[in-house]
Amino acid sequence: MAGKPKLYYFDGRGKMESIRWLLAAAGVEFEEEFLETREQYEKLLQGGSLLFQQVPMVEIDGMKMVQTRAILNYIAGKYSLYGKDLKERALIDMYVGGTDDLMGFILMFPFLSAEDKEKQRAVIVQKATSRYFPAYEKILKDHGQDFLVGNNFSWADVHLLEAILMVEEKKSDVLSGFPQLQAFKARISNIPTIKKFLEPGSQRKPVPDDKYVETVRRVLRMYYDVKAN
Amino acid sequence: MSGKPRLTYLNGRGRMEPIRWLLGAAGVEFEETFLETREQYEKLIKGGSLLFQQVPLVEIDGMKMVQTRAILSYIAGKYNLYGKDLKERALIDMYVEGITDLMQMILMFPFAPPEEKEKNFNSIKEKATNRYFPVFEKVLKQHGQDFLVGNKFSWADIQLIEAILAVEEKIPAVLSGFPQLQAFKIRMSNMPTIKKFLQPGSPRKPPPDDHYVETVLKIFKN
Repeated sequence: MAGKPKLYYFDGRGKMESIRWLLAAAGVEFEEEFLETREQYEKLLQGGSLLFQQVPMVEIDGMKMVQTRAILNYIAGKYSLYGKDLKERALIDMYVGGTDDLMGFILMFPFLSAEDKEKQRAVIVQKATSRYFPAYEKILKDHGQDFLVGNNFSWADVHLLEAILMVEEKKSDVLSGFPQLQAFKARISNIPTIKKFLEPGSQRKPVPDDKYVETVRRVLRMYYDVKAN
Repeated sequence: MSGKPRLTYLNGRGRMEPIRWLLGAAGVEFEETFLETREQYEKLIKGGSLLFQQVPLVEIDGMKMVQTRAILSYIAGKYNLYGKDLKERALIDMYVEGITDLMQMILMFPFAPPEEKEKNFNSIKEKATNRYFPVFEKVLKQHGQDFLVGNKFSWADIQLIEAILAVEEKIPAVLSGFPQLQAFKIRMSNMPTIKKFLQPGSPRKPPPDDHYVETVLKIFKN
């Protein structure tokens, strides 16, 4: 019985969004159960579904998987988005590690005070333009290929596009010094599965709002006093 | 040329220690370059060795690898410590990521302000005894095998023994409610490569002290 993967998380981006992106890019349909109440979360906990008492949780291929990175690795491997050998996997892992760190600066953004948000916006833009984007710009320039690794579409490309779009939401002209990334963004956005995911009505979630923050805090009873990193 | 892997980091545990453990447990000899000054670090950056301007850096098989997880995954894959198929890898990844969350609390511990130390200590104790150790106790109890995944020694076992010892350094009696983990600890400690790594003179680093904290702050001030 291979049903569709089922995602358990809040109705919002958070740590689940990269998983939605990867499944969508792989053309895999999935179902979602949204946590809205503390009771739902406690029921999941009591049922033993959450190995470390945390979400994201993804039911896939008979497993109740937790830990975002483990889930992403599995999906990438299963759908041949993880390179052709150990060395290509090493490159993909390195590149995804970078975009993960960059998106990490954005993850806690909605939970910050208004004052800290402004400071954090500047940090995000500074890290993107001085540390991360230059690295990917150079990789693309050096090999001149369409994709980051092995001249083949991979998880690294999906993750980088996700990161670019998220940073652009904070500063719309952030790619202005990066012609390779501008071309990359256009190319990857036009891949059919990704194009579909970027259209209204897909399972892509919007920029987190106050309602999302309030739901997370209420369900997890955490993240009331978050400081900028 | 195809020499030993070379690790570039500070002379201390930090984010490089799990890599030292994994190479040690795999029986792979390696060399180390220790960062002691800001100038050394800036030179590395200018030389283009650090993809995201950060260490750990591991030179291995002609690659200058950065990003701790990427390095660990490569080593695990190369030395057959990553399970036999995608599903075993999924289990290993889940276990390793959980343990890494616990180790992250220990990693950051020396850098918190003094007034937060007690709260953080209690947090480590609470998470170890209520969230992480019970999981692995149950995994071992349920399958009754010597190793966490697939009845075979893997990266998950190495990461767990490292974490157990790190938590015990803070809370010596932490395993008292976990008989499976006590037996696991003894079994792992007696594996020849790990036994060797646990002996004095190995590349294993001591717990972070004030000098280490000072060096980190000096080199990475930003």
